[in-house]
Formats: sequence, structure tokens, C-alpha cells
Amino acid sequence: MNEADLAQWFINEIKKCKRPLVFMEVCGTHTMTISRYGLRSVLPDNIRLLSGPGCPVCVTATRDIDMGIAFARIPGLILTTFGDMIRVPGSNSSLLRERVNGRDVRVVYSILEALEIARQNPSRQVVFYSVGFETTAPSTAFGIMEAKTANLKNFSVICIHKTLPNALRVLLDSGEIGINGFLLPGHVSAIIGVRAYDFLAKEYSIGGAVAGFEPNDILSAILTLIRQQQSGPMIENEYRRVVKEAGNEAALKAMQLVFRPCDSEWRGIGVIPGSGLMINADWQEYDALQRFQVDVGEPVEHKGCACGEILRGVKLPDECTMFGTVCTPENPLGPCMVSGEGSCAAYYRYR
Amino acid sequence: MCLGVTARVVKIDGKKADVEFDGVIQTISIAMTPEVKIGEYVMLHAGFAISIIDQQQAEETIEIFMEIKKMMEEEKRHERG
Amino acid sequence: MDKIMLGHGGGGRLSQQLTSELFLKYFGNPVLNTLEDAAVLMLPQRKIAFTTDSYVVTPRFFPGGNIGKLAVCGTVNDLAMRGGEPLFLSVGFILEEGFSLTELEEIVQTMAEAAAAAGVQIVTGDTKVVGKGAADGVFINTAGIGVIDETLQISVSNAQPGDKVIISGTIGDHGMTILSLREGLSFKADLRSDCAPLNGLVKALSRFEQNIHVLRDPTRGGVASTLNEIAASSNVGMIINETSLPFKPQVKASCDLLGLDPLHLANEGKLIAVVANSVADEVLQVLRSHEYGKDACVIGEVTDGRRVALRTYIGSTRIIDIASGELLPRIC
Repeated sequence: MNEADLAQWFINEIKKCKRPLVFMEVCGTHTMTISRYGLRSVLPDNIRLLSGPGCPVCVTATRDIDMGIAFARIPGLILTTFGDMIRVPGSNSSLLRERVNGRDVRVVYSILEALEIARQNPSRQVVFYSVGFETTAPSTAFGIMEAKTANLKNFSVICIHKTLPNALRVLLDSGEIGINGFLLPGHVSAIIGVRAYDFLAKEYSIGGAVAGFEPNDILSAILTLIRQQQSGPMIENEYRRVVKEAGNEAALKAMQLVFRPCDSEWRGIGVIPGSGLMINADWQEYDALQRFQVDVGEPVEHKGCACGEILRGVKLPDECTMFGTVCTPENPLGPCMVSGEGSCAAYYRYR
Repeated sequence: MCLGVTARVVKIDGKKADVEFDGVIQTISIAMTPEVKIGEYVMLHAGFAISIIDQQQAEETIEIFMEIKKMMEEEKRHERG
Repeated sequence: MDKIMLGHGGGGRLSQQLTSELFLKYFGNPVLNTLEDAAVLMLPQRKIAFTTDSYVVTPRFFPGGNIGKLAVCGTVNDLAMRGGEPLFLSVGFILEEGFSLTELEEIVQTMAEAAAAAGVQIVTGDTKVVGKGAADGVFINTAGIGVIDETLQISVSNAQPGDKVIISGTIGDHGMTILSLREGLSFKADLRSDCAPLNGLVKALSRFEQNIHVLRDPTRGGVASTLNEIAASSNVGMIINETSLPFKPQVKASCDLLGLDPLHLANEGKLIAVVANSVADEVLQVLRSHEYGKDACVIGEVTDGRRVALRTYIGSTRIIDIASGELLPRIC
């Protein structure tokens, strides 16, 4: 079976639906795949694919970016972070600019590398700036546990992880856009399982399909969502090879052990109650926010930046007045353009 | 934040494992998938295995595609006939 | 004495020692050996190609080569891409005080080997030494002279709709090798730079004369940049087939792991040829029978309009964009 033939079959089936429908994806890698494979251009006009707040880099509040920058400025401190974060603009700088100015900011692929840096530099404080949804949060939890086991005294974490389900609730409660179905994230779901989304069908009558990351996975999920318009909203798992119904037990246990839910500020949306994770009292010696007293002023947002509306699915990237003119991947003004999987960057790169 | 890669477990050493895909070997943590066995495939993210790939499910997906292929061929025959 | 000292660039005894015991030992030839202020060369009455480039790569040593090999091959290839037969190189070293002489010797020896393999002579050079911290180990500049083969009418603005786009081998090898060493990335893979001189390949193509429209080596910026440059200069578009792009599996896998697009990675031993449709098959045969063209393949064709697009493996199309700024591994 040829992938192109299969894609064509999905597209033909999708085209049989003539109703105008709006589906939202809430996963940065789905955003990327959809743009990278030109999926919007092969779908019929009546099917509209919106990008929601699925890129954790994009939804990190300016205040939190400024916090990371403030930490980078602590003399002698090594700030470690994922590559995605270092170009995101804060109020008046970015981690990359801090590095250019001589601060020790290091890109790591995993918290495990940050731990290794801490081991190799016992006389310096090493802080891991930790961003991500539930896909990444468990690895941070395990990293913190490993720090304790290794008795690392110079390691701590700025924990600004976010959780998705409550954000979906807030999005739907705002009633800003009518959504007929969700493309649900593949790897967040590998951790939290499928039942975590049941409230969408039960309380909002909106269905969802957990999808993988190949273009045919996404086309298949869209077809499923179309069929649900007849059969009724439900949460279906189309990524069964990776996602188990109950999620990943070890990961969920680790998160419960090390974190507790807290309120979290989402860029462009505002504070969403219970949508964040913070390091709980049992592990507070690894909480960088407890270990260091760092002040950040009030954040400054760029006027004209439509990232907020784009993240809420109210606007598409090319509806932002700055898109492609003042705001480009070379000169990004907002997080949606900086992050490789931000809606604007994906739109721009693969237009 | 979902970038993940599938890799095959080739060596296990306590909570760490060596995984291989297309000639790339990486040492990762299997803290989230402690029951994994050598030869199984895992989904990797940020240095951790977050899920063990269910071979049977993967095969079922292929079966579904085979079904679709049959249906496509039927349709073509109808059109020609 | 095992380290470079300021005196080695001073023109005095130390300088002379370095020149005779190192540079002449490896680069020596009748022209260079005269140690005149300038090399005097006999050139045929033809168009001359002239180019220069500076090399500052770190890490300096990597599987498949080192900064010296790059310095020779890079300049040889710039000449070759214009249809020039490379003849002579100049080499300028800027050395940091304290740089290891053993490392320098290895670099110089590699350069001599690369020059011999490419059939060029290093006929003049210069050495300066700067204080500690003023340079990162060693910076190398090479300039090159070649003679143009006038049967070839190669120019970046020569691509025409209907032409085929050919690449001489696998994509992203050099860029990923360097990246994997520089970022200290925590995986092992059999990655190797493809650094190689391409003038032999180009010479083999000269039989196709004016049917070779464009030659370009996709170095910094990768295949994506080069295709866009050609399209812009020639005022054409392109459609490239994702399923035709050749990759070593470990390079593709490393890119997947890091969230990088292999079309943005540098290649140091590959060329892109845009050729008339009528000769495409034969060009492929010629390339594939050459040491550095074994994995050559047609990756697409030139079209009207100005869109440089990729046909994905599911049949949809999207734009091939140029990389913006530094490549940062993603995990998102």
C-alpha cells in the first residue's frame, strides 16, 4: 500500500462531506505536520483546520520568559534549556541574546544532560528551565528524583509545565469559536491516556480523535471526526500503537509524587486555574524559584502581535497584520513565529 | 512538545537503555517504561522512552490499510466494468 | 617546542623555521620553494576563474576531514562550480598563540593530500600569529585560480523550465556531522563529513557542453538555499520530489531526533546540477561511475513561475524555505 494512494483515499472520503466543519488541533507537532505536508491545501474548503494552544513554547507567558532571562543573569549560574526556548522574545531580551552577551545559557536535549552538567560543575549552580506539556513533565519529575538520589546540591528546576485538559475547557467556555471536533495530541495522550478527554464529549458534546504524526494519521483522524458528526461525539484513539487507554502509569505516578497542580498564565489567554504544575513541598529544595530570589518587572507585550488570538484559534496566522512583513522567522516578534512549531512559523515556512 | 522518534531497545542497564534507529544509537532513560524488553520498540521524547510500541496495534493498522486497498481496487473494477 | 608562539608570525628565525620545516615539507613545489613575495604563474590564454574563502569551523577535526581539508576542497569546488579547472591555491594562516604544532602539522599534511588529490598546487602563502584569545585556534584563508572550460556555459541564472535537477549524492552529511560534535549531542551515529574535491566530477560533465546549465555546491544553507538561489537568479520555479531525495539513514534519523530539516544542512562534497532534460539520464550515468557521484539521482525539475516546492510523499506540495539564522535542535 502506497502512502500517496492511501492519502488520496482519505482525501476522497473527506471530500464526500459537504458540511462546513471546524476542527482544532492542540499539538505543536500536529501544527508542523499539517503545514509541512501541505494538508490544508488538499482538504476541501468546507473543512477548516485551526491551530490551538498546542505549542508550549508559544503559550509560555512573557513574565515566565523574563524570569528565565533574569536567572541567566545571575553571576556564575548555568542556565540549561530546550533549544526551542532560546529565541523566544521576552519583554526586552531573549535567552539567545543573553548568551550572546556572555551569560552561560546552554541548550540541552533532555533534563538528563542538565544533570550531567551539574555533576561536572559542582561549584556552580545549574538551573534547568523546564517547559512543556504532559509529554515532557514526567521526565522533569524523574530528573528531579535523580537529582535527589545523586544528592546533587547545585541543581534546581524552574518548573513552568502546563497541562492541557483545563486549557481546552477554558477555550470552549469562552465560546469564541465554534469547534466541531478536536485532533488530540499523540504524545501528551501517551502520558495522560484517552479518558482524560471524556469531558469534551460528555460536557460539551464535542468529539476528539487522538492522532499520530504521519500525514495519513492526521487525515485518518479528520475522517473520523467527520464521521462523528453523524454517529455522535466520542473520544477515539487512532494512535493505539503508542497511546494506551490509561496512559503511562509510571509517568503519572512520578508527576503526582513531585508536582502539584497550580494556576498558570498562558500567553494570549490569561491565567487558567489548575492548568500548571509546580514542584510540591516534598521536593522544594529542587525548586529554583524557592532557592533564588529573582525579581521580574511587569512584562511588556508587543503591540499588534496577534499571537493570543492565533493561539485561541480566533485568527489564522496570515490574519495578523505583522505576519510575514515585520514578523518573520528571521525577526520574530512573538512566540508563534519563533518556535519551530508555532502556528505562524509553520504557516510561513510551508506556505 | 511532541517530537518523538521510534527506536529499538538493544541494551538495558538498570534504568537506562541503549536504543537504535537507522544507525543512530542513544542512551536513554526507561524510568517510564521499566517493563520494556530488548528487541521492543519505544517512543522517545527528550531522552526518555514514553511508551512501548504495541507491535500488534501497528500490525492491525497495516491490516486496516490492506482492507482499504482492497476496497479501492473494488471501486476501480466497478468503474471500469 | 610544541606550541605556536608569537615569534612564528614575526618574520624572523622562528617564522623561517616554520616555513621550511612545516609548510615547504608538505606543500613544496618549484614555485612555492622560491619563497618569493609573489608567485609568478604561466596561464593559458583563457578566461580565468578566481575565488577566495575563509575557514573557521569548529570542531577543527571531524570524521571525514578537518579544517584544512575543507579549506582546500571548498575553494577548489567554488572554481569547479563555475566550470573552472582549478590550478593554483594560496593559503593564509592566522594562528592563535599557543596553538598545538602537532595539530597544525596534521592540518597541513591533510591540506597537501587534498591538494594533490584535486590536482592543484599551493604556490604562495602567509602566516600570522595573534595573541591568545584573538583567534579560535586557527583560521585559514584560501584563494584559488582556475581556467574556464569554455565548452561549458554554466551560470546560476541559466536554469530553464523543463530542466532536470540532479544531486550528486546523499544530503546533509557534513552539516549533521559537525552539528553532532559541536552540540555535544548525546547520541552515537556513524556520521561522516562528505568533504571532497568536485573538479573531477565537473570535468567528467564537460562532454555535455552547453546542456549543463547550472552547477552549484550546496554548502552553508544547504540544498534549500541553493535551490532558492538558482530559482531566484534564473527567474524560475522548481518542483522537487521528497521520495527522490537521497539520505544516509543515520543522517535522516539524526535530523528526526533533533527536529532539523536536512535540506538546511551543509554539504561539502556534493553538487547540484541543473541540466537539459535530454541529457539527464546520461549525466546520471557519468556521475554514478565516479567516486564522488555514486549516489547521484534526479530530485526534481525546473518549472515556470517562482515557487520552489516539494512534492511530499503523500502527493501534496509545500514550499521549500531557506533556513533562518542558527539551526537549533528542537525537542518540541
